[in-house]
Parts: sequence; C-alpha cells; structure tokens
Amino acid sequence: MSYRVKLEVFEGPLDLLLHLIKKNEINIYDIPIAVITKQYLDYIDFIRSLNLDIGGEFLVMAATLIQIKSRMLLPATESEDDDEEDDPREELVARLLEYRKYKEAAGIIGERGETWCNIFRREQVPAIKGEGDFTISDISLFDLIDALQKVMERAPDASSMEIILDELSVKDKISVILERLNNQDSITFASLFETDKTRSAIVVTFLALLELIRLSLVYAQQLEECGIIRIFKKSNSGGGDGGQGAEIYN
Amino acid sequence: MEDRELRSIIEALLFVSQEPITLERIMNIAEMGDRGRTLAAIKEIKEEYFKNGHGLQIVEVAGGYQMVTRAEFAPWIKRLEKITTPSRLSRSALEVLAIIAYKQPIVRSEIEAIRGVDSTGVIKTLLERRLIKIMGRKDIIGRPIMYGVTKGFLNAFGLKDLSELPSLKEFSDIASTGQANWVDEAMGNDTV
Repeated sequence: MSYRVKLEVFEGPLDLLLHLIKKNEINIYDIPIAVITKQYLDYIDFIRSLNLDIGGEFLVMAATLIQIKSRMLLPATESEDDDEEDDPREELVARLLEYRKYKEAAGIIGERGETWCNIFRREQVPAIKGEGDFTISDISLFDLIDALQKVMERAPDASSMEIILDELSVKDKISVILERLNNQDSITFASLFETDKTRSAIVVTFLALLELIRLSLVYAQQLEECGIIRIFKKSNSGGGDGGQGAEIYN
Repeated sequence: MEDRELRSIIEALLFVSQEPITLERIMNIAEMGDRGRTLAAIKEIKEEYFKNGHGLQIVEVAGGYQMVTRAEFAPWIKRLEKITTPSRLSRSALEVLAIIAYKQPIVRSEIEAIRGVDSTGVIKTLLERRLIKIMGRKDIIGRPIMYGVTKGFLNAFGLKDLSELPSLKEFSDIASTGQANWVDEAMGNDTV
C-alpha cells in the first residue's frame, strides 16, 4: 500500500511567501512578521524532514525574515542619516508585490495559451513528436574549420611584432555579425573576415560565428557546386517548438 | 475590382500564407490602394465564416491576419496523424515569459531579482521553443544578454501585439469580466 502525498511545490521563496500570505488571508501591506516567519520556517523544516533538498535561496529568505523580525523588535534608532527604511518590511513587501504582479499576469497569459493551443494554423503545423528539435544541417563543424583554414592562409603573417590594441572581442563580433545580417539576408563565410587583420582577429570572428550558431541565431549552409558557405539569420517567427537546426555535429 | 473578387483574393491569400499577413501586404498584392475597402473586405470574410459556423476563423495575431481553426474543433484535428500540440509550459516558464514580455528587453539578473530564483534553465527552454530571443547585449559591466519575446510568442498566445497583454494590476482580484473577455475573444466570440 502506498501513500501519495501532495506537496505544494513552490517556485521560490517569494512564491512560498505569497502562498502563506494568501492562505492566512494576511494583509500584504501589514504582514505580521513573526507569524509569517514561523510558518515559513516550519515549511522549510518539513521539506527537510522529507529528505528533500531545499534551494539556497529559501535559506537566504529565511535569514532575511529573521532579520526583519529582529529589526521590528528593536526600538527605532534616531540616527540622522537614517537611510534604512522606516519599516523593515518595506523592501520585502515591494518585492512580493512586484513578483505577484507578474505571477498573475503569467496566469492569465497561461490560460490564453491553453485556448490557443487548440487553434491550429497552416504553417509547419505540427512539431512532429519524437523527431527531435534538430534537422540534419547542411554543414558540419569540420567544413567550417576547413573553410577557416583557407581564410587563415590568406592572413598576414603572425611574425610581425605589431601589437594591435582595440581588437574586437567575441561579444563585439557577435553584435557586428548580427548587425550585418539585419541588413542582408545572408552573407558569405569569407566576408565575415574581411576586416580582420590578424590571425587572432580571425579566430575571434570564427568563435563569434560558432557562438551564434550555438545560440541558434544563425545557421550556415554550403553550396555544393562551389563550396561557398553562406551564413543566414534564423527567423524568429513560428509558434511552438521544433525549429530548423543548425546543429553542428561532430 | 469588385468586392466579391477582392474578398476571394484575400481569402486565398489567407489560406496560403504561413505567417500572419499584414494589411499592407494584402493591399500590395491585391493592388488595392483603398485601405477602408480592404479592411471592410476582411471584416466581411470574418463575419461570413463566423455566421456560417465554419471550421476556420480569421484572427488578428502578431501584427497581421491569419486563417486558423476554431478551438472547438481541436479534438478532431488532433486525430490527424502527426498533429501534436506543443507541451504545456510550466508555471515558472510562464512567469519568466510574462516578465520578459512586459519588460523587454531585460537581462537574466533582472528576471531573477523579480522571481527570487535562478532562471537559467527556464530561459534556455524558452529560447529553444522560440518564444523568446536574444536582443543583444546590455551596455553595462558584464555585457549581459538581453531577452525579448518573439513573434512566435504572439502567435502561440493569440496576441496581435504586445499591447494586448493584460494590464498589470497591483491588486489580486482581477476583474472577472476582464478575464472572461480574454477567453471569449480567443474562442472567436469577439464582437465582429
């Protein structure tokens, strides 16, 4: 005989607090901190007694609650530059209210989603179950590396002693590439390296490209006939999951 | 061009178009300069479908018009081979999605500050489902990634644009009429 225990799973400490507030019909603008802290700690203890892990953020909140409670017990200080809030609960309440706003909005949006997932459109209608999120891409990592080698060969010799400052970082290069793709449907692989004057700059650009592919922001295709590789921006439209992948498989 | 013909052209375009199609594009293709006439034609198609109990409806979503099925026929549609509905989003996914939709562009730390929990996994899932996208990097220390919602998001939730998001309320009792209208609209019962 097995017992099934229904345990409320909370997304985080704020979620738990809101639940306690609602359950006890507490006025969120005037939280009885001692009561709430006790219930909160009871819950934490309960979870632990079940040998379940409790996230660190829950413990941080526990400490916060205890701190607020103790501050409320102390007499008000009279220091001049009192930059602390008059009400030690204020900050917590603000956080709770903020979170609750979005939580409720999420609920409404979720409901809307439920209705809309029963509405079908003509596009790639289904994400075919089980086929996975990726389609075989036209280009492999090795093709890209081959192409990179060709670009490297044309690069100026690394033996020059010139130290070039202000080289773009990978992050910057990512932005550059994305920007170019905003203006054009696709760009050639070779053109990515046009402004790179050193071998290290070429490598940076290549890393940026790999990152963009990994983030599914772009994909690469190679034309069979001439071997030219083009980089395309991934379109963002289309509902639901399943996308054209540019998965690089090694 | 006669009205009848215009309506048929629009109907055909709506059928074929895989993405919501904008009014402008319709006018362009149909070579119809009269905006009012085009809108009227679309409205007529909408009404016709609604009145005659069609299995399809015309909705305004993601900035354009689209021909979609009516929700009540979902049970039958699902019997078609290979039709699957995308799996439901978890509560935390909806929360993160809502936060991003309202506050875009927004970075992960800001999202986590609101929720009080680590949101990396959820963000990854939402990216994979093409409901959110990377909008670039914020120009502050660390250059964190900024996120925003995609057209796919608008599509999946039947929103014309972000202005159709429910307004954020401070108080926990959202007017029940407001909520009902939402669901009604989605079912195609909007006042035509």
